[in-house]
Amino acid sequence: MASCSCGETTDQSKEAAMQKVFDQYRDIKGGLIPVLQEAQDIYGYLPKEVLQQIAKEMKLPYSNVFGVCTFYAQFHLKPRGRNIIRICLGTACHVRGGAKIFEAAQEALGVGQGGTTEDLRFTLETVACIGACGLSPCMMVNDNTHGRLKPQEVAGIFETYK
Amino acid sequence: MQNLNEVRGKYQQQYKEKIARPRIVVGLGTCGIAAGGDKVMAALKEQVAARGLDADIDFTSCIGMCYREPMVEIALPGLPAVIYGDIFPDKVEKLLEGHIVNKTPVLEWAAFQIPGDAAPYEGIEVMEQTSYYSKQVRSVTSRLGRTNPETIVDYMATGGYEGLEKALAMDRLDVIEEVKKSGLRGRGGGGFPTGVKWSFVYGAQGEKKYAVCNADEGDPGAFMDRSVLEGDPHAVLEGMAIAGFAIGADEGYIYCRAEYPLAIKRLNMAIAEAEAHGLLGDNILESGFSFRVKIKAGAGAFVCGEETALLNSIEGLRGMPRVRPPFPAHKGLFGLPTVLNNVETYANVPFIIRNGSDWYAGMGTEKSKGSKVFCLTGKVNNTGLMEVPMGITLRDIIFTIGGGIQEDKKFKAVQSGGPSGGCIPTEHLDTPIDYDSLGAIGSIMGSGGLVVMDEGTCMVDVAKFFLNFTQLESCGKCTPCREGTKRMLEILQRICDGEGEIEDLDTLERLCRVIKSSALCGLGQTCPNPIATTMRYFKDEYVAHIKDKRCPAGVCKALLQYTILEDKCTGCGVCLRACPSGAITGEKKKPHTIDIDLCIKCGACIQKCKFDAIVKK
Repeated sequence: MASCSCGETTDQSKEAAMQKVFDQYRDIKGGLIPVLQEAQDIYGYLPKEVLQQIAKEMKLPYSNVFGVCTFYAQFHLKPRGRNIIRICLGTACHVRGGAKIFEAAQEALGVGQGGTTEDLRFTLETVACIGACGLSPCMMVNDNTHGRLKPQEVAGIFETYK
Repeated sequence: MQNLNEVRGKYQQQYKEKIARPRIVVGLGTCGIAAGGDKVMAALKEQVAARGLDADIDFTSCIGMCYREPMVEIALPGLPAVIYGDIFPDKVEKLLEGHIVNKTPVLEWAAFQIPGDAAPYEGIEVMEQTSYYSKQVRSVTSRLGRTNPETIVDYMATGGYEGLEKALAMDRLDVIEEVKKSGLRGRGGGGFPTGVKWSFVYGAQGEKKYAVCNADEGDPGAFMDRSVLEGDPHAVLEGMAIAGFAIGADEGYIYCRAEYPLAIKRLNMAIAEAEAHGLLGDNILESGFSFRVKIKAGAGAFVCGEETALLNSIEGLRGMPRVRPPFPAHKGLFGLPTVLNNVETYANVPFIIRNGSDWYAGMGTEKSKGSKVFCLTGKVNNTGLMEVPMGITLRDIIFTIGGGIQEDKKFKAVQSGGPSGGCIPTEHLDTPIDYDSLGAIGSIMGSGGLVVMDEGTCMVDVAKFFLNFTQLESCGKCTPCREGTKRMLEILQRICDGEGEIEDLDTLERLCRVIKSSALCGLGQTCPNPIATTMRYFKDEYVAHIKDKRCPAGVCKALLQYTILEDKCTGCGVCLRACPSGAITGEKKKPHTIDIDLCIKCGACIQKCKFDAIVKK
């Protein structure tokens, strides 16, 4: 049979994955943040329905879940790109021209801070420090750290992420 | 009690056999990988296999010389280990040909050598004699860059878990006493005596106790904890287990920031290995003591580095600080007695128990014992990680270890302690580094980040940079911090825009005082430090911005004016075409001019000019 393209299958597998997460953390003290982290890994962001489901499963008020979710920079309420770019604007990068790297990235992608490209390929963010100060200016794309950057190299690095 | 003699003996033998083989070791900490270490690793593997060379390939973590990454070590049996710097894939072939095939080190790429028992090679500096390492000590960082952090074999073969074994045979109070006697103080920046903290938790009542490790290293410019976690994860686990035993905790948490994926990966591997060896878990070494460690990944909030905010975050709440007292020692995680220490503090503990408190107290100054790991970054030649004895001067760190300022520019200030610290000017370069001396000049030891600034750095801009950071990261719970940071940032912005008034300086001073004395947690109480110190040591720069509408360092855009030097301009027209706002005019081959009203001060013309004919002042 030809594969279904209505998206139902993937939604089902996502829900199944969420159930596993709930089973793992339901009775664990302080389980909310790991649940949110895993939910974001599964969905790419945190849709309202998922937050409501989390509140129900974790037996917490929805306001509580929403409050935690908006407190931390890591959680996102809107869809994000497949590749997350985090340009470091920490002190060491600041004195070595991190702002120029950020400008070059904005130019290459055509989006600003927190923006996502239309094809959902990239989301551009800034970060206060990724701890690679010895190689400043630097950035992270997903879990990969790129250091000793020059503004003109940035676009080329993005090209390697599909 | 069970002892580890048999398994340790086995691992020591394995380790000995490993280092007795021809070996190539690549530095794969986050910084090594960022510099391209993984590509070098791939090239080495491919060429060693293709040429059928007799050499093992291994990896280690960061040895500290970030400015020479990627680094590769090559050692032949019975000969010194040579550490090469700036090894990119295109250098691999020549490196293998020279050192492995012809058994002759490639002198021009060698950074230093570690001879061990062998006679040193001619023409390569010995590690301890290089300017980078001669003033350093290596105790808590001794395994960094030397052992493979992803195997317990290397850790145990180099004395690992001897401290825990020794502690488990001691009386719990004696363990605390030993830590007290060592003089170890909190390495996260607070500087509270670790042993005293432990004794509070020991004496606290509770059905259960916790040992928590603060690995939420959020200060921009600091990566000590990341380096220790990536390079010696077992040492942190061992330190936590010893703490747990001493205070009577059976559960531990490591709160690690999510920006450190490699550290989290290596910690998870280390926990699994330690559990498999019965060094974590139930009834450790049949001593009756049980201890489990869990990792909590942070979710991106700087304030969670504050101890009570961190505890709230582990509990799944918004990471907002709690009012103290009660202190975590009495009511900490889930309302139970909790000891909270930083990564580096825990990593020091196994060394102290193993080598004795006298050994540790032998390093450092009267009130600040032992060593401290620092990260030197910014406008300095040699950026990297270093471990120095307490009491060393900033001058030694910046000019001997750090090799001075980039491009021979003039030193202006060094910023210690991140957003909570202060900017230290030239006249205090000979201040010994210890908790009290740094406090006396308005800064703090902090977690260990040192960012060097040169004459091209504007101190008002730096203060604004930090305030922008603390303002964004303020959790909003208490008014002085929530409102105060915002108001101070507004004033600084005004000054940088050339709209400041001289009264603003008094207002800033007053705000600094009020926030420092009334904010709820460490973030708020220390956030005025960057302003207070820059106003104390660089007041003339503030005055220049306000009175003369001039930025002496040439950083604040609104106060800059771009001009073309008539005698240098050749009229080539490159700047004219580069200018996005059409502010540059001029005939071909005649000096051009910039219309100040149209200029948006983007600096595009300066970058394009080949004749240094455009200046900003």
